[in-house]
Amino acid sequence: MIFAPEHLIIAPVLIPFFAGALLLIYADRQRQAKMLISLVSVGAMLVAAVELLIRSKGNGLTGGNDIGFYLLGDWASPYGIILVVDRLAAMMLVLTALLALPALVYSAAGWHRQGQHFHAMFQFLLMGLNGAFLTGDLFNLFVFFEVLLAASYGLLLHGGGQLRVRAGMHYIAINLAASLLFLIGVSLVYGATGTLNMAHLSNLVAGLQDQQRALFHAGAAIMGIAFLVKAGIWPLSFWLPTAYMAGAAPVAAVFAIMTKVGVYVILRLSMLMFGAGAGASAQFGAGVLIAGGMATVAFGLLGVLASQGLGRMAAHLVLVSSGTVLAATGFTVAGASPQILAGALFYLLGSTLATSALFLLIEPMSREEGGIAAMLALTADAYGLDEREEDRQPEIGIAIPGTLTVLGLCFGVFAMVLAGLPPLPGFIGKFGILRGLLGSTAVSPVMSWAFTALLLLAGFATLIGLVRIGIQTFWASDGEPPRVFAQEFAPILLLVVLLLVLTVKADAAMRYMQQTANALLQPSIYAEGVLGAPRAAENGDAKAEGAE
Amino acid sequence: MEAVLSAAIGILAASGIWLLLRPRSFQVIVGLCLLSYAVNLFIFAMGRLAIGAPPIMPRGGFVNPAAYADPVPQALVLTAIVISFATTALFLVVLIAARGLTGNDHVDGEERAP
Repeated sequence: MIFAPEHLIIAPVLIPFFAGALLLIYADRQRQAKMLISLVSVGAMLVAAVELLIRSKGNGLTGGNDIGFYLLGDWASPYGIILVVDRLAAMMLVLTALLALPALVYSAAGWHRQGQHFHAMFQFLLMGLNGAFLTGDLFNLFVFFEVLLAASYGLLLHGGGQLRVRAGMHYIAINLAASLLFLIGVSLVYGATGTLNMAHLSNLVAGLQDQQRALFHAGAAIMGIAFLVKAGIWPLSFWLPTAYMAGAAPVAAVFAIMTKVGVYVILRLSMLMFGAGAGASAQFGAGVLIAGGMATVAFGLLGVLASQGLGRMAAHLVLVSSGTVLAATGFTVAGASPQILAGALFYLLGSTLATSALFLLIEPMSREEGGIAAMLALTADAYGLDEREEDRQPEIGIAIPGTLTVLGLCFGVFAMVLAGLPPLPGFIGKFGILRGLLGSTAVSPVMSWAFTALLLLAGFATLIGLVRIGIQTFWASDGEPPRVFAQEFAPILLLVVLLLVLTVKADAAMRYMQQTANALLQPSIYAEGVLGAPRAAENGDAKAEGAE
Repeated sequence: MEAVLSAAIGILAASGIWLLLRPRSFQVIVGLCLLSYAVNLFIFAMGRLAIGAPPIMPRGGFVNPAAYADPVPQALVLTAIVISFATTALFLVVLIAARGLTGNDHVDGEERAP
């Protein structure tokens, strides 16, 4: 393969794909080598994602809305599969890489030897995530969803044990059923419109006949259910807390972005198909998203208050976060100002990082109680690992002094982000949403005030819940402080630093979100760009190659 | 032909959903299989039903598109079959693991008190 800058677009899919395949060759005993390969892969992914992000910002000439295309196999645009990277996709790629890095480092402290092929599955999960963010084709989206789901099934079961297997069985059954709904939806959309290309669909929607439009709406709604199951909208979210709680800490930390894949797809497809230019289909599904999002926030809020442990609480915080973004998406589809969307994207970034960090904190915080250690020993037994002797050796790592203080400070930062206290990103995001909402005339005041109240209440409930846990762990605890290894500390600190950077650079980040939101509200730019994407062969460039 | 096919899809889907809601894990997996058959047939039907129409056109010359079947749903069905087969196999492994760990085949791992 001759390296050319345009091939960089497929790099976030190919890097973890090859790394994952390579990792399968190594035996599980060679953990150092596997860890190294995984780290190199995630590092390369991060570099590629950041480069794509910089590119998608574009230059002054294109109005800061550069869209990159990659025609797989060099098929002309609406016929072949196309990868599209715009500002939103680039942002999600960077977020994925930024979440993967701490989770991977964290797993070095011990989790990655609790089962087999942790690293390979981790890479395949990243491949599925990146592919889902990049693809511009509905059926290809299904394929990438299956890639990430298959990897997530394996990762959820990582470590074994009865709780995980039971939660995993529910998780797999629900996701298999959701995938079938996805397929029904995709085929209905194809039957009604004759295309699977998102950009092509976006152009066709306005001109559909009534009969086709009914079928198309049915297909879109059925597909929407599949995405909403993944996003964890209220009546479809009962699987989520148990599954996230059962997952191993680094697994749960990457799973924090899995709900966001559902949210991302809903956002992308709603904006492309049901935006203002969609004729009779405009604003389709907005009401469901608003009501469902608000119900999800309410459910998450009650769940946070009712949870006894940090794990269950963090899982409900995931629900609050995805509910907020879903409702904000609904408001935007209903015609509210792009400010809401910008705020919601900012909130998504901050809250995903913070929930992921909470999942990493659970284990160090509760280690002194012996619960996790006992469970680890138990699961290792149940799994029948051969490396029993190795596990008895003292763990490789440096215990850090002043553990409780640093852990407590980190916990405080994450709690402030999630509750939305100034000056951290949670506040900025929520403030952006509320400012856009209250200044908007497209939304009925009842709805906007109800959402405002709900958002503030959710912040309050988060604060109560997390402070309660914090007091129990950091102030009211007696006995030995937990032993925490550097490999566990580093990722948590990294996430704190990221959140602080996001706070300090809030101006630049918010501007990026604002332009992303503006670009999303003009689906014609995306659609025309994709349909006009030049083929390499037409450029007199004979490097056409089928990458997959 | 349309009536037979739609009845077949309907019966498969209905039996699949009924089995999916049953408490035994084996029933759930059979339900998922039946549902995936229904979905595969449904995707195929979305390419419109035609008799004696091949999906691949000959190279060159004039071709009448109406004499050919839509190849896209057929390609989609192939992908969907492979993927659902693989995920069902995976689910089967988890089912057996759950059976071994909990000692019964209830989806919740324990029998509901009568």
